Amino acid sequence: MEILMKSDVMRNKDVLSGLLFMGLGSIALYISLDYRFGSTVRMGPGYFPKILSGLLIAFGVAILIKGVRQGGNLAGPWSWAPLFLLTLAMVLFGFTIERLGFVPALALMFLVAAYAGNEFRLREVFVLTAVMSTFAVIVFIWGLKLPYPLFAWNF
Amino acid sequence: MEILEHFALGFGVAMTVQNLAYCLLGVALGTLIGVLPGVGPLVTISMLLPITFGLPPVSALIMLSGIYYGAQYGGSTTAILVNLPGETSSAVTCLDGYQMARNGRAGAALATAAISSFVAGCIGTLLIVLLGTPLAGWALQFGAPEYFSLMVMGLVSASVLSHGDMLKALAMVVVGLLLGLIGTDVNSGMERYTFGLPELADGVGFTVLAVGIFALSEVVMNLEQKEERGIFKANIAGLMPSLSDLKAITLPTLRGTAIGSFFGILPGTGPSISSFSAYMLEKKLARDPSRFGKGAIEGVAAPEAANNAAAQTAFIPTLTLGIPGSATMALILGALVMNGVQPGPTVMTRNPELFWGVIASMFIGNVMLVALNLPLIGIWVRLLSVPYRWLFPSIIMFCAVGNYSINGSAIDVYLCAGIGVLGYILAKLDCPPAPLVLGFVLGPLMEESIRRALLLSQGDFTVFLTSPISLGFLIVTILLLGSMVLPAIRRGKERVDREEASAT
Repeated sequence: MEILMKSDVMRNKDVLSGLLFMGLGSIALYISLDYRFGSTVRMGPGYFPKILSGLLIAFGVAILIKGVRQGGNLAGPWSWAPLFLLTLAMVLFGFTIERLGFVPALALMFLVAAYAGNEFRLREVFVLTAVMSTFAVIVFIWGLKLPYPLFAWNF
Repeated sequence: MEILEHFALGFGVAMTVQNLAYCLLGVALGTLIGVLPGVGPLVTISMLLPITFGLPPVSALIMLSGIYYGAQYGGSTTAILVNLPGETSSAVTCLDGYQMARNGRAGAALATAAISSFVAGCIGTLLIVLLGTPLAGWALQFGAPEYFSLMVMGLVSASVLSHGDMLKALAMVVVGLLLGLIGTDVNSGMERYTFGLPELADGVGFTVLAVGIFALSEVVMNLEQKEERGIFKANIAGLMPSLSDLKAITLPTLRGTAIGSFFGILPGTGPSISSFSAYMLEKKLARDPSRFGKGAIEGVAAPEAANNAAAQTAFIPTLTLGIPGSATMALILGALVMNGVQPGPTVMTRNPELFWGVIASMFIGNVMLVALNLPLIGIWVRLLSVPYRWLFPSIIMFCAVGNYSINGSAIDVYLCAGIGVLGYILAKLDCPPAPLVLGFVLGPLMEESIRRALLLSQGDFTVFLTSPISLGFLIVTILLLGSMVLPAIRRGKERVDREEASAT
């Protein structure tokens, strides 16, 4: 059997999935230690969580073993930058809508989100932001009557 | 005739101005996103779920299902004209559809796709009517043990039959079940996995999870691919297929419909596998298989019929048993639950206007789709030039605004972003997202039914084996799991997965 290099393990999607599932299962099991297990007739709130966590850890181990023996490699590199920007765009929206209002929150979100793309053309992004913000105001605020102020200043 | 009364009721509901408008909106949106590569029904439905929250359940369901089956129509247009699958289920349509277009028969190919889709869509909808009533009647006798075993079977078969690694799919089911536990335990009143956040006391919102898992990660995965979008200036004149064309597609359409209807009902399989299998069957049956890949009209008719039939019959288990077979159906079921409809066999008796209204809308929607797709084809083609860099910020906008709007809570948006990160990592590791969502939807129901079953049986696990129906479900489950351990069957599945991948 070939000896796996450390770098291979980090690119092996089965090994990584196995570790991820084991990790998630362990966290879930650890938290569920506080929940009463109960008996089969009268199940406590911990009955289902503990069984499921154990099952998830078991699947994680099985996938890990399978990965060590014959795992496939990841297709392409991780795109952490776009992921971070899109996540940031959503978080920014949630953070600013109550403080600055609907329109500034949308504009900020569009600017950050668009930066995640393969191409970033500033003028195009401004036009897109303007058009889609108008569209969003028409649909959400006037059409669906969502009660958000267009502009605000709450700090 | 009872069935005629049902139809009268259904059309009465579906023909109101409001519901006709939602049906049109749904199928038009479906066609639009079907045409656009990179934006599929899963993303669209999860993105629009929050907006349907305020609608009456019937209207919400009419619109959402319109998006789903409408996308199957739109996908073929892109496949034929640009050689790109607008939807994954129309990937095989590229093979012969695009060749027909290059041979100057784009019009005939588009018409073939529309006609076979229409026929299959109508037959599929009729099947919902014919199979739905007896199935729901049978399921009404189910008690807690039968329901639990049925759900186990549904989840396991969705994992085993779906594309890719079975172990990962099963693990994803468990992750979904665990996520479904978040919130207040109904029996003890205890909060589980809420981390003390009051926002989580009612559990993770369905839309928060769906948008995070499907929409966000999908956008990042799409951004990894370099954008390639050919502009096609074909002469789409001569939309009417000739009489000999019609004759040539009759049998392939019916065969495709049969294959699609079968795979549509089966959990874990759906439009993609259906269209692929239908294509392979036609190639095997053809007198001259070498014509395939060079513009054979059967190669368009059969897969297009198959994916539309599958899209319709997928509603059978969802609407009559409350067991979704695919991620999209889980979304539809989630929409029902969100709107206060208890899914399961009682939908038909307790909410007949909902069930029959949606069925009737499917007939109407299929007619609308033919009208939308054939005469208006030019508009859809022009939309193909919209670049993805304009689309994806707008998708993010719908995700953020939609999730914020449900509770007016920023926490939901943060949570959705966090689930999106997890969703991307899982997608990158080739862990299928659909089983997770299925588990999430069915989790609370499963816990409830196993609890009730074991309470009634005094903790005796054999209750799942003494009921013949429950035993039957469990035997099927074990056979499914066992079949994957047999090397011959596993290799066969791996081969099909590979062939499917190479066709796309």
